[in-house]
Amino acid sequence: MFSYAPAPESRSVVDIASSYGLFIDGSFDPAKDGGTFKTVNPASEEVLAEVAAAGSEDVDRAVAAARRAFESWSALPGSERAKYLFRIARIIQERSRELAVLESLDNGKPIKESRDVDLPLVAAHFFYYAGWADKLGYAGFGPDPRPLGVAGQVIPWNFPLLMLAWKIAPALATGNTVVLKPAETTPLSALFFADVCRQADLPPGVVNIVTGAGDTGAYLVQHPDVNKVAFTGSTEVGREIARAVAGTGKRLTLELGGKAANIVFDDAPIDQAVEGIVNGIFFNQGHVCCAGSRLLVQESIAEELLTSLKRRMSTLRVGDPLDKNTDIGAINSAAQLARITELSEIGGAEGAERWSPECQLPDRGFWFAPTIFTGVTQAHRIAREEIFGPVLSVLTFRTPAEAVEKANNTPYGLSAGVWSEKGSRILAIADKLRAGVVWANTFNKFDPASPFGGYKESGYGREGGRHGLEAYLA
Amino acid sequence: MPKSIAPRTASRLAVRKTYKLYIGGAFPRSESGRTFVVNGDNVALASRKDARDAVVAARSAQKKWAGATAYNRGQVLYRIAEMLEARRREFAGLGVKADEVDAAIDRWVWYAGWSDKIAQVAGGANPVAGPFFNISAPEPTGVVAVVAPPSLLGLVSVIAPAVVTGNTVVVLAPEPQVAITLAEVLATSDVPGGVVNILTGKYAETAPWLAAHADVNALDLTGVEHPELAAELERTAAGTLKRVIRPRPDADFTADPGLRPMTALLETKTVWHPKGE
Repeated sequence: MFSYAPAPESRSVVDIASSYGLFIDGSFDPAKDGGTFKTVNPASEEVLAEVAAAGSEDVDRAVAAARRAFESWSALPGSERAKYLFRIARIIQERSRELAVLESLDNGKPIKESRDVDLPLVAAHFFYYAGWADKLGYAGFGPDPRPLGVAGQVIPWNFPLLMLAWKIAPALATGNTVVLKPAETTPLSALFFADVCRQADLPPGVVNIVTGAGDTGAYLVQHPDVNKVAFTGSTEVGREIARAVAGTGKRLTLELGGKAANIVFDDAPIDQAVEGIVNGIFFNQGHVCCAGSRLLVQESIAEELLTSLKRRMSTLRVGDPLDKNTDIGAINSAAQLARITELSEIGGAEGAERWSPECQLPDRGFWFAPTIFTGVTQAHRIAREEIFGPVLSVLTFRTPAEAVEKANNTPYGLSAGVWSEKGSRILAIADKLRAGVVWANTFNKFDPASPFGGYKESGYGREGGRHGLEAYLA
Repeated sequence: MPKSIAPRTASRLAVRKTYKLYIGGAFPRSESGRTFVVNGDNVALASRKDARDAVVAARSAQKKWAGATAYNRGQVLYRIAEMLEARRREFAGLGVKADEVDAAIDRWVWYAGWSDKIAQVAGGANPVAGPFFNISAPEPTGVVAVVAPPSLLGLVSVIAPAVVTGNTVVVLAPEPQVAITLAEVLATSDVPGGVVNILTGKYAETAPWLAAHADVNALDLTGVEHPELAAELERTAAGTLKRVIRPRPDADFTADPGLRPMTALLETKTVWHPKGE
């Protein structure tokens, strides 16, 4: 093995202002009560900017702006709305380097992922839904689909800009207007997107961005003039939102947690499966709701597979997110690092065997080495709870029926993986898995044309594809 | 209104029908022993335990029902229409108008035809930007608890879209004689036991248990009349993130239902597989 020299991406391509206001009705304003909070680079703990904390009055103002804009936006011919979305897509493509660097700085994810995965997908989502705007009558939701009105959207910190695209693109294509609240640890790319909207001459009020923490989100989802709520985040918060929305008639879609099983059969190509396992759990530091956090491996090949997996994990490079050779970046926040640390300690205390490759973690910032637990049983908390970090639990099985039983033994049902060379087995297992996305001989693939969403307590509704339009149409 | 179709003669006392529950393909009394009187008939008053038993029956039947071929499910639904046609007089005897019976029969026939078409309309191949075979297919959400509207057509309009796609249901029926007579149609129509379970009684008493039940996947509140109770049930359902169909006080069940009654109780599963040689 040889080591790579550092290959840092320059951060000079992006200008970060020292402070940002709320984006309401086409302009940036401070919060009414002057409240602010700081967003930091999780890789260095450096303060990147000060951001306005929206209170209830600010949310009122944003919803009112969206309501005013709705009248003319929904009345535009779909072909005109489409052109705005195409413009946005194009501007994102052209400014993708700035956005990728900004996303990696604020989120901690490796630049190779923000550059090669997030940004291309963000642009692709706007292109995809742009094309739907003037074809809604053909989408299969009735001959005269109508927008719902004002959509209140709350998104998480793991894919800040991608989640924004998943939410805003279909909402605008269908003629709704939006008030979006990004996560408090990663607000910068959404504020940059506000500038993209201005550059595209999007009419004021069609997109509004309110930054803040959980209470800002709560004001938004409970606002009486919001017609549709879309949330991606934890199952616990999803439950609270479902309770808050009950009885109001607001439409609701939820993309919540997961505890995906990644099932490897004895006839799987080991090297490809190992790549898939690594991608499944270490992509984006494991901050992925559909991460393959439970490896179910057929007993007869468990030893061989684990040897290969450990060898592969030893080559993962953890460190500076802006280094183009980095595989695993920083944990998004101190709070998330504390949760990962706590659950991992519980894993050890409950008797699972913990292993990490040797790796040097930077002195500053929030870091967690890629970790696997072997000897895990279904009763262990690390096999049941979503850790949302680079931590893999390994379980074994003997028969396909046992694999299915263990895979489905969770209140979640977002995603799953199947690794086998036998086509009939893949189809049979995929049929039996209670999960919204099944990756067979691949993992963590996304595309705007492909519906995504969960069964059971992983939430309801689908994003992406033709299905993603339904949530925004009456 | 006559309660029996048997001819009354001076010398013969009519045999009255006891209306019991319909759980797992059988007609048990309420385990609580409770009954209440509706239009002179004693009918079973379902308890919390009956609701739980019905969920167990629905869950045990669900996998096999969903696993039956769509063609087979369509045949079973069509058979329901045949049997309902044959029992028109019983519904007439309960005061259901002929038009409504017609509409209920036609609705079964309509849904029967959807069994092997909904997957083609609600699913399909996705043209993703990469060398992958990517396909989305609808699947039943599982066990659905339904607060049904009182009419025969209303009842059929909530049961048929749920079961045609492979869900099984626990129905709380406010109009017991009509509902249990429909259960007799189902019981003689090749519908596997447990696919449809019908509880009679006070839904305000049993619905909260079903809304909270961790083994119920969706809650259809179409027939709930009180907005406050509906909101409370929806809040309860949030605890397990159940899919909720909200009440439809102004529902016109004679109108074309569209796809939503079916798609609201479906999950979409998307499968990715690499393409290559």
